[in-house]
Amino acid sequence: MTAINNGVEHYEDRIVAAFTFCSIAWAILGMAAGVYAAAELVWPQLNFGLPWLSFGRLRTGHTNLVLFGFGVSALIGTSFYSVQRTSHVRLLAPKLAWFVFYAWQLTIVLGAWSLLAGWNGGKEYAELEWPFDIAITVIWVAYAVVFFGTIARRKIAPIYISNWFYGALIIVVAMLHIVNNLALPATLGKSYSLLPGAQDAIVQWWYGHNAVGFLLTGGFLGMLYYFLPKQAEQPIWSYRLSIVAFWAFVYSYIWAGPHHLHYNAIPEWVQSLGVIMSLVLLAPSWATMINGVMTVSNAWRKLKTDPALKFIVLALAFYGLATFEGPMMAIRSVNVMSHFTEWTIGHVHSGALGWNALITFGTFYYLVPKLAGRPLHSTALANAHFWLALAGIMLYVLSMWAAGLSQSLLWLSLDDLGEVRYSFVEVMNAMAPYYLLRLVGGVLFLAGTVLMAENLRRTFAGARTLVVSAPAMVPAHAAALAPIGGTP
Amino acid sequence: MHNAIERNTGLLIFGILVVASIGGLVQVLPATLDDSLGAPAPNVVPYAPLELIGRDIYIRESCSTCHSQQVRPLLAEVKRYGAYARAGEFAYDRPFLWGSKRTGPDLLRVGGKYTDAWHRVHLQDPRAVIPTSIMPAYPWLAARAANAGNDIQARLKTLRALGHPYADETIEAAPATLEGKTELDAVVAYLQSLGRFAVADVEEHAGH
Repeated sequence: MTAINNGVEHYEDRIVAAFTFCSIAWAILGMAAGVYAAAELVWPQLNFGLPWLSFGRLRTGHTNLVLFGFGVSALIGTSFYSVQRTSHVRLLAPKLAWFVFYAWQLTIVLGAWSLLAGWNGGKEYAELEWPFDIAITVIWVAYAVVFFGTIARRKIAPIYISNWFYGALIIVVAMLHIVNNLALPATLGKSYSLLPGAQDAIVQWWYGHNAVGFLLTGGFLGMLYYFLPKQAEQPIWSYRLSIVAFWAFVYSYIWAGPHHLHYNAIPEWVQSLGVIMSLVLLAPSWATMINGVMTVSNAWRKLKTDPALKFIVLALAFYGLATFEGPMMAIRSVNVMSHFTEWTIGHVHSGALGWNALITFGTFYYLVPKLAGRPLHSTALANAHFWLALAGIMLYVLSMWAAGLSQSLLWLSLDDLGEVRYSFVEVMNAMAPYYLLRLVGGVLFLAGTVLMAENLRRTFAGARTLVVSAPAMVPAHAAALAPIGGTP
Repeated sequence: MHNAIERNTGLLIFGILVVASIGGLVQVLPATLDDSLGAPAPNVVPYAPLELIGRDIYIRESCSTCHSQQVRPLLAEVKRYGAYARAGEFAYDRPFLWGSKRTGPDLLRVGGKYTDAWHRVHLQDPRAVIPTSIMPAYPWLAARAANAGNDIQARLKTLRALGHPYADETIEAAPATLEGKTELDAVVAYLQSLGRFAVADVEEHAGH
């Protein structure tokens, strides 16, 4: 396909479709791994004595597949879609963009294999060993070149808000990834952290918390700022609020990591700063949520007919919930109760399923019909998916909240003589019903995702990828937006 | 001012980089430069070769997904697990293995609490000793040689380059000390080594 026909640039959309369908495939595989791991906690015999199927390795595979396969593929794909449309130009260097696609997918495949085979750096959410860390760095730089290069040659003077968030994702994740993975290799599949013990821990949770911050929050806010106004057919409620919220978000998120290490062997001032900045973080988080909800406020009626918008609005609600719960869990006296318990798992999944997955699903329900040039195959199936997903999340999150609270109350309980009242095994036995409920929740959520995959496959199958041209500026429109390089 | 930032790609990139770096520079960088956090407590020594292999297997199997190694200074926790954790104990922990979740119990002070024989049975068939255990069985550990990769010297040399004081003789003799040992032996040796620093540490503090 030629880039320019009759002097008009066409958007590079095939790569968006490629990222979208890979993202969905990783979602199903990654969630299936999660469901299986959840089942192993109910029936440990399911480990079958096989190394690659054992809980520790499988759980690591699960988090890597959903974070970097499902999540990052969705982010790169949607950023390529929206950056072209908000810049009115084709992607810079489409071949480099395709390199990003193939190299990223290959990294996910080989990375997952390496984790199941036992290559593991040992740091949570950064388990991939050093050869992968180097590959990821190279791919990420290529992604940055394509993304910022496209913005640099845009035809509209202001850089749209969604691109700030995607931009922050690219820059900050690069910084976190490189610093946290500094290690000395011993063999091809084994390296040792540059920093030891307590220092390693502080750097790791600076990374870990901000991978959540800039990938799962910042990146997906980029998605929100483009796709929510599109779906609601409303402009962003307050441009000023989005400016303030953006910079407050970039500034304050980075400090909050040590709340993962409360009462651990790190300096108290580091923990205390982590508490304060976690509480501060509530402001930009909710500013963005309010901005989103107000943007939909003139389009509530669309919720009756548009399943895609339903997903995005529910995602906003879970975003508000998770970003309230997070700062509360960062308070040390609350953290005593939540740390090391299932509550953490519940919190992560209310964010990951409720916010990240739902907004991605909503975006895909909008995006795939656009890419296919025809309406969604089945609205009924999408509605069924919506309710399956919501029921799944509720079962998952509620059971883990209950489990976590029970755990900490039982663990911390002392008898009249000042000795611990319950043995560890007794507390573990009490978790069984919650683990079963969580498994059911996970199965429901996965079933919904499979419905979506089939619905979108049918929507896309046989359709020729629509060729969308960058719009030619009408003079009045162009003057208002003050195009760079004169009126086209 | 924002008018300029949102119209200039370079300025936007620069702005994000600066604003996102402040927290790291004020909070994380000082910690990485603070040697008192990374220095070993007086009695702390590096892992012996067999223990190191065991620790690396513990990482390979992602044991820290379910087992923390971090006793917090809370009464109930000290009662249950033993002396609370201190930074100086972890000076030879690369990476750190504090964990974020206790599906199983904390292991920071597990050394010496059970016999080697108990650990061997428990690792190969957890439900043989704890009927309701949900831990996976690790039958493959007993079937593999501890130094199967023949890379113990590379591991020790890498750690020495990072400051772990391994003597030349230790590195030279390491393959011989692993002769005939299995991965199961290595993991048991590692588990039994956990917590050995705490006792001396507490005694030392009591002496002051």
